[in-house]
Amino acid sequence: MISGADLWLFIAALGLGTFGLRFVFLGLVGDRPMPAWLLRHLRYTAVALIPALTAPLTLWPAATGGAPDPARLIAAAVTLATGYLTRNVILAIAAGAGTLYAGLALIG
Amino acid sequence: MHLLPVSDTPFAILTSGAKFVSRQTTNSHYWQGVRDGAPFVLVIVPFALLFGVVGTEAGLNIAEVMGFSVLVIAGAAQFTAVQLLSDGAPALVALVSALAVNLRMAMYSASLTPYLGPAPLWQRAFAAYFMVDQSYTVSFVAYETNPRWSVPERVRYYFGVVTPICPLWYVFTYLGAVVGDAIPEALALDFALPITFLAMIGPMLRTPAHVAAALVAVAVALLAAGLPYNLGLLVAGLAGMMTGAQVELMLARHKAGGRP
Repeated sequence: MISGADLWLFIAALGLGTFGLRFVFLGLVGDRPMPAWLLRHLRYTAVALIPALTAPLTLWPAATGGAPDPARLIAAAVTLATGYLTRNVILAIAAGAGTLYAGLALIG
Repeated sequence: MHLLPVSDTPFAILTSGAKFVSRQTTNSHYWQGVRDGAPFVLVIVPFALLFGVVGTEAGLNIAEVMGFSVLVIAGAAQFTAVQLLSDGAPALVALVSALAVNLRMAMYSASLTPYLGPAPLWQRAFAAYFMVDQSYTVSFVAYETNPRWSVPERVRYYFGVVTPICPLWYVFTYLGAVVGDAIPEALALDFALPITFLAMIGPMLRTPAHVAAALVAVAVALLAAGLPYNLGLLVAGLAGMMTGAQVELMLARHKAGGRP
């Protein structure tokens, strides 16, 4: 584990690099027009990346050492279904958290 | 596929109620953003606490833990970096891995550019700094649903969404670093992140193209999970985006009269 000045250099480099990734299009492209095919792909960025980010976390949760966990899987299904049916994020989170705690209490 | 009509409910995508469309002042866009960002307090608080705990357990002092949360402000990348560094990985490997986790931000940045591109540079710089999964997703969905918003209205909305999310990231990182192990494991805080992401997915599935994009992205993410540097996520994201774009084209052609 690095420490002291080296660690601060590391944190600064990670901060700058991350800002660069966030700024690259928004800052450098700005209001220059982008081609239609690119815009068409960008419309699906959120709906592709967020599920891709979530699926492994859901199936193989870190807390169980990566073993699928019934309580977490049921909570995930309830959250997704509630969000889809009601289009209400808060309700979906509440339903998911409630299911998770109930599941953990019952199944363990 | 659609169980609820969504086209006429501009704000109901993310929160219930709030169906006012006209008579809005620009200020109300900011507050609408605050309201739409508010549910994510539920994930930011535990996630930030967790980072504070993990960071101190890895041997960082409070200033260093806060350095991560203020300068990097990207949870998953911060966890990756601290994890790898405390495992004794070379600093360069940890840096590249954490940046790879954040590569998706470049895709978010591109995706917001058609909406925020004309804003002044300093506003775009701040928008970039505060770009996290939640602020991006909530704003993007709102912009798509409200194509007539002006650029200043979009900017105000964006900073509204950020308001309940990002300051809490700093505050609860600090509390996590100070309070440390006092947080019981039974709270299952690890699952707060998947739950809020899952809650965001449902409302995003508005057309068959969105559903196809999500399904392909999930399948590829699971198959490619073994790739190093979190590259599976990017491959999955690209596959999902290409699927969505192709399905959209196919549906448009079908609608236009079934030409191939």
